[in-house]
Amino acid sequence: MKERLVLVGNGMAGMRTVEELLAIAPDKFDITVFGSEPHGNYNRIMLSPVLAGEKTVDQIMINDLSWYAEKGIRLHAGHAVVDIHRARREVRAADGTVASYDRLLLATGSNPFILPIPGNDLPGVIGFRDIKDVETMLAAARTGKNAVVIGGGLLGLEAANGLMKQGMQVTVVHVLDTLMERQLDPVAADMLRANLEERGLRFLMGAQTAALLGEERVRAVRFKDGLEIPTDLVVMAVGIRPNFELAKQIGIYCERGIVVNDTMQTYDPRVYAVGECVQHRGQCYGLVAPLWEQAKVCANHLARYGIGRYQGSVTSTKLKVTGIDLFSAGSFNGGPGCEEIVLRDPARGVYKKLVVKENRVQGAVLYGDTVDGSWYFQLLREGTDIGAFRETVLFGHAHMADSGRDGFSVMTMADDAEICGCNGVCKGAITKAIAEKKLFTLDEVRAHTKASASCGSCTGLVEQLLAATVGTIGKTPAEKPMCKCTEHSHDMVRAAIREQHLTSLAQIFEALNWKNPDGCHSCRPALNFYLISTWPSEAKDDQQSRFINERVHANIQKDGTYSVVPRMWGGLTNPQELRAIADVADKFQIPTVKVTGGQRIDLLGVKKEDLPKVWADLNAAGMVSGHAYGKSLRTVKTCVGTDWCRFGTQDSTGLGVKLEKMTWGSWTPHKFKMAVSGCPRNCAEATIKDFGVVCVDSGYEIHVGGNGGIKIRGTDLLCKLATEAEVKEYCCAFMQLYREEGRYLERTAPWIERVGLSYVKSRIVEDEENRKALCARFLESQQYAQIDPWAERAGGRVDAHEFQPLQRVG
Amino acid sequence: MYDWHEIGALDDIPRLGSRVVQTPHGDVAVFRTADDQVFALRDRCPHKGGPLSQGIVHGHRITCPLHNWVLELESGQAVAPDVGCATHYPVRLENGRLWLGLNNVVSLPTTAPRNRLKGRVRR
Ligand code: SRM
Ligand SMILES: Cc1cc2nc3c(=O)[nH]c(=O)nc-3n(C[C@H](O)[C@H](O)[C@H](O)COP(=O)(O)OP(=O)(O)OC[C@H]3O[C@@H](n4cnc5c(N)ncnc54)[C@H](O)[C@@H]3O)c2cc1C
Ligand code: SF4
Ligand code: FES
Repeated sequence: MKERLVLVGNGMAGMRTVEELLAIAPDKFDITVFGSEPHGNYNRIMLSPVLAGEKTVDQIMINDLSWYAEKGIRLHAGHAVVDIHRARREVRAADGTVASYDRLLLATGSNPFILPIPGNDLPGVIGFRDIKDVETMLAAARTGKNAVVIGGGLLGLEAANGLMKQGMQVTVVHVLDTLMERQLDPVAADMLRANLEERGLRFLMGAQTAALLGEERVRAVRFKDGLEIPTDLVVMAVGIRPNFELAKQIGIYCERGIVVNDTMQTYDPRVYAVGECVQHRGQCYGLVAPLWEQAKVCANHLARYGIGRYQGSVTSTKLKVTGIDLFSAGSFNGGPGCEEIVLRDPARGVYKKLVVKENRVQGAVLYGDTVDGSWYFQLLREGTDIGAFRETVLFGHAHMADSGRDGFSVMTMADDAEICGCNGVCKGAITKAIAEKKLFTLDEVRAHTKASASCGSCTGLVEQLLAATVGTIGKTPAEKPMCKCTEHSHDMVRAAIREQHLTSLAQIFEALNWKNPDGCHSCRPALNFYLISTWPSEAKDDQQSRFINERVHANIQKDGTYSVVPRMWGGLTNPQELRAIADVADKFQIPTVKVTGGQRIDLLGVKKEDLPKVWADLNAAGMVSGHAYGKSLRTVKTCVGTDWCRFGTQDSTGLGVKLEKMTWGSWTPHKFKMAVSGCPRNCAEATIKDFGVVCVDSGYEIHVGGNGGIKIRGTDLLCKLATEAEVKEYCCAFMQLYREEGRYLERTAPWIERVGLSYVKSRIVEDEENRKALCARFLESQQYAQIDPWAERAGGRVDAHEFQPLQRVG
Repeated sequence: MYDWHEIGALDDIPRLGSRVVQTPHGDVAVFRTADDQVFALRDRCPHKGGPLSQGIVHGHRITCPLHNWVLELESGQAVAPDVGCATHYPVRLENGRLWLGLNNVVSLPTTAPRNRLKGRVRR
């Protein structure tokens, strides 16, 4: 028999949870829903446009009654639940309907707060919460003339705007001197007020309401100072209070809301709660974005997948008054250590303010021009270090040079502009697919259009297109699941591997409830890296979880042959090595021999079955694998340095060789390249490498986080050092920090942009103990990594099956 | 219809791995899944001819090593929204030995038929 789930509260959070649940476990529960409102489930946010006459009630329905019937959900609409017997697991509604449950979900939302003043119960005094309130307001607008809205916050202003649109003369009463003080700073608030006054709203600021007057119906409002104004309707929009009466009555622990843990479970393990009625980590929410996240996590636990945690949300707001652009997020009033970056353009009616602490966005207020709201919000949520573009940040995303990682604003591009260079997908094709196929996630766009499915460098653009086309409610990327096999993000999986001491793929799949028993081509290589980098002496490298290049230690070419790049330490070679390479090329009839961009020699077009023999010959001349195929240390480029160059300040070639000998063989989240230049002329291009050294007279400049390739990023200067020994120590420590904290397929450039240079400095430069510990862990793991994979395979001892056909038939 | 050829033992193929059988009609990739089922497909991806035997096996699917198309091992069909199909062959496991069935009527062309490529929408 199916388990029974009862939902109390047919609102946005509860029904979203049910929808998420149906998507992942459609047959698990027999579902019953109680809702005190006599409707299906509707989009409460859209009540404001309904009041303003821009939408109808039908247009804001999310699920009408027939939807419930179709899904086999029993809906008791218009029946408030009045009691719950937890021991018997029974819910009872006002009309006596009873339903039993195995799992109970409370989503009772919140109630408008009604000021405790005389006359607050007169007819004509209402909150702004549901369809009934909107109907009352519309009726009042048909017969009456004047309305008073108490409360100059988001909801109050939307109500006032709507009533005004319905032809009423509206006065907004606010106790403070500035509007929307929870979302706006005084400057933006004043601009907003001026704009609304121009449209015809009246304001009474700093006014305290004392009583509501009237006999059968409200007829006037009286203030503390004795002033009275006539009115036909009073809308109280002074705040909301989580509605947890029912939960409290049945003994479930509540504080300011129903207290839940990270899985949305209350103190009664059979009872879950989501939405505005809950209090999570001390926080109550009054916007939908956090509720969507809660719903997803809750559905997952109801379905017993047992994964995903809700960790709280940062929220942003927009005012839904047509013609007014206003955006606010985070803490915008500053505080100790905060700075404000402000742009004012009174002529255009634009005001923008970012509150920044240590080069990270803490809050944003935008008035008049809000196109960059979602970008600032993203910078805020991701804690991006904005040091590099601080001067221009207020000019917006569109202003950023297009060579940078952040690109330009994609919406300004033409429809036939190519977004994905690898697969030749243009902008129009993507937006069309999003709209027509109702795509919602990056994965779906990848699957349907192939955009961003290859090298991934256009991912940011595609995400912007998605956001602009479908709306902006999204999760922070940090919390994106690794792939379709799991709900867990990269960081969560890594933490689990470390904390639960997981040392094999099977253990991860088991412990974290992987959805596919053996993962997929996207998660397996990542997990394998996380395992061997976390437990180098314990975890076994799983060959079947490596991409072909890393499995056979050569690069696959488009015709199925392979390329072979032997290591040339620091770019140095000698006649003996060159002779061996020439001999190999002759002997195995290798069609192309090329000098690479990494200062080495590439043999291209080797047949797979010849690989072990080619390696054997190269090994015999003293050469080992160059890892040109790996997410691993690649090359250490050098210039000639003091040995020959008239400008050389240090032995750059020698140092490069030492660095390469120390670090070769190590596996990293993405490829890792180094270079050492002998002087600031920088012939080895050290300032676009993951780790670059520029020699100067007094020592060595250490540069990190550079990237040639798809999007060029110059390095950041980490520090200056005096000796080679120090350079080696910093190099190990930096690589190890990246190995431990970088996400799979994230190069050091985006990694540093994500965590910030100051973080890296704090872990490596400023904390000697930690640096030495990182260095020691790196060297320890090198013991297991520095084994030449070619030598192992040349002798036929390892993975012989890879290189021989199983059989020849016919 | 089929000529059956003995091609080796189950354990000659690593779990979640594959091996190649060379035939007069071209290479055939033989895959072994985590649950020890064995499937055979022509070793040419319907996309651009990538060697499927070099891909990553997961569930009853294979991801091509060149551009990550995913194909069903059982049918050779590409997983939507990609469109295409790699020829599949029957495999039998008898007393620990693997037998591969090769069609003896129609001989296979040695390059991927052009129309397959044309059938896919260029994006
Ligand atoms: C062989 C070589 C080109 C050459 O003939 O010169 C090369 C060839 C490939 N590069 Fe490269 N890159 C080569 C130097 C570079 C350089 C220059 C350098 O290292 O100084 C760069 C820019 C520097 C950088 O990485 O920051 C470079 C940036 C890329 C990128 C973009 C990386 C990025 O983060 O943006 C890719 C794509 C990737 O890795 O995902 C790439 C990927 C590739 C792949 C592996 C593509 C693939 O998956 O098949 C090519 C393999 C060909 C093969 O079979 O050997 N290659 N590639 C160079 C090998 C150097 C070596 O000795 O190992
Ligand atoms: C006018 C307006 C505009 C808004 N604009 C925005 C906006 O622009 N952006 C934004 O993010 N958010 C906005 N919000 C807030 C957003 O609508 C809420 O955060 C969201 O609806 C809360 O969802 P919920 O499920 O927790 O509560 P609700 O959607 O209120 O659902 C709770 C449901 O439970 C029912 N219920 C309560 N007790 C019982 C009981 N005992 N038995 C049966 N049923 C019961 C209630 O009748 C209600 O239908 C706005 C809200 C309003 C009112
Ligand atoms: S630039 Fe690099 S990845 Fe692109 S074709 Fe040349 S070698 Fe291949
Ligand atoms: S050749 Fe297989 S995916 Fe392109």
